[in-house]
Amino acid sequence: MTFEAPGFWPPSGPEVVFLLLGLVAVGSALLVVTTRQLVHAALWLVLCFGALAGGYLVLTAEFVAWVQVLIYVGAIVVLLLFGIMLTRAPIGRSADLDSGNRWAAVLVALATAGVLVSVVVAGFGTAYAPLEPGQGAAKPLGSSIFRTWVLPFEALSVLLLAALIGAIVLSRTDIRGRE
Amino acid sequence: MHIVYPVVVSALLFSIGVYGVLARRNAILVLMSVELMLNAVNLNLVAFDVWLRDRLHGGQVLTLFVIVIAAAEIGLGLAIVLAVYRNRQSIDVDRLRDLSETGASGEAGPPEEPVGVGEDADREARP
Repeated sequence: MTFEAPGFWPPSGPEVVFLLLGLVAVGSALLVVTTRQLVHAALWLVLCFGALAGGYLVLTAEFVAWVQVLIYVGAIVVLLLFGIMLTRAPIGRSADLDSGNRWAAVLVALATAGVLVSVVVAGFGTAYAPLEPGQGAAKPLGSSIFRTWVLPFEALSVLLLAALIGAIVLSRTDIRGRE
Repeated sequence: MHIVYPVVVSALLFSIGVYGVLARRNAILVLMSVELMLNAVNLNLVAFDVWLRDRLHGGQVLTLFVIVIAAAEIGLGLAIVLAVYRNRQSIDVDRLRDLSETGASGEAGPPEEPVGVGEDADREARP
C-alpha cells in the first residue's frame, strides 16, 4: 500500500490511457442523462460501459472487464432497448424527457460531485499502486470466488433465480392474483 | 497508477447518475441512470482492490456480484415498468401520483402540491 509514489506530472502511459477512457465515460454518461432522444441515451450508455470496460483493462482487472462487456453491453443495454420498444417510446426527439425539478437536480448533482471529489482527493490524493498484469485474470479470480466467496456466490445464484421468476410472473398477463 | 484518477472518475459518474435519477421523467431513463451509479461503484471497487492488493480479490469479486445484482435489478425493474405501462399507458414517473399524500388521486389534480415538484405534473395532467 505504501509505495514510492511518483509525481502527478508527467503521467505514465497507463494513466494517460485511463484518463482518456474516463473522459469518454464521463462525457457519454453526461449525454445519457441530457440527450433528448430515448434510443440515443441507450446507445450512449453502450459507449460509457465500453469505456469503463477499457478502464478496467487498464486497471488490470481483465476478467471484470470482459464480464462488463458481456453483461452490461451485451445484456442490459439490449434489455433496455427492448423496454424502450415495448413501451412505445417516441422515436426521435421528445421534449418532455426531463421533469420539472431539473434545476434542483442540477444543484443536488453538483453538490454531490463537489463533496465526493473533494473528499476522495483529500483522502486518496497520494495513494499510488503500481499496476501488475495478471492480478485480475480469470484464474486467481475464479479460485477466490469458488474458495472464499462460494457462499455469497450461491446466495446470489438463488437471488438471480428469484429475480428471473419474479420478472416472468410480473410480465405475464395471464397470471392473476388470488381472488 | 494514482488511485485518485479512477476514484474521481467514479465520483463524477455517480453524481451524473444522481442527476439522471432526479431529473429524468421517463422510467427507463431513470433505470439507465441507476445503472450509471452502479457502474461508478464498480469502478471504485476495482480501483481499491488494485490499491489494497487484496489476496482474496474481495473488490473484484464484489464487482462481479454487483454486476449480477444489476442484471437482476434491471430485469425486475423493466418488468415493473412494463406492468405500469400496461395499466397506465404512460411511464412518466411524475405522473404516477396515486400514492402521494396530498389526498386526491393523481389524475384529478391534487389540491395542494408539494412545492417545486408538482406543478409540472399538474399541468400535464390537465391538458
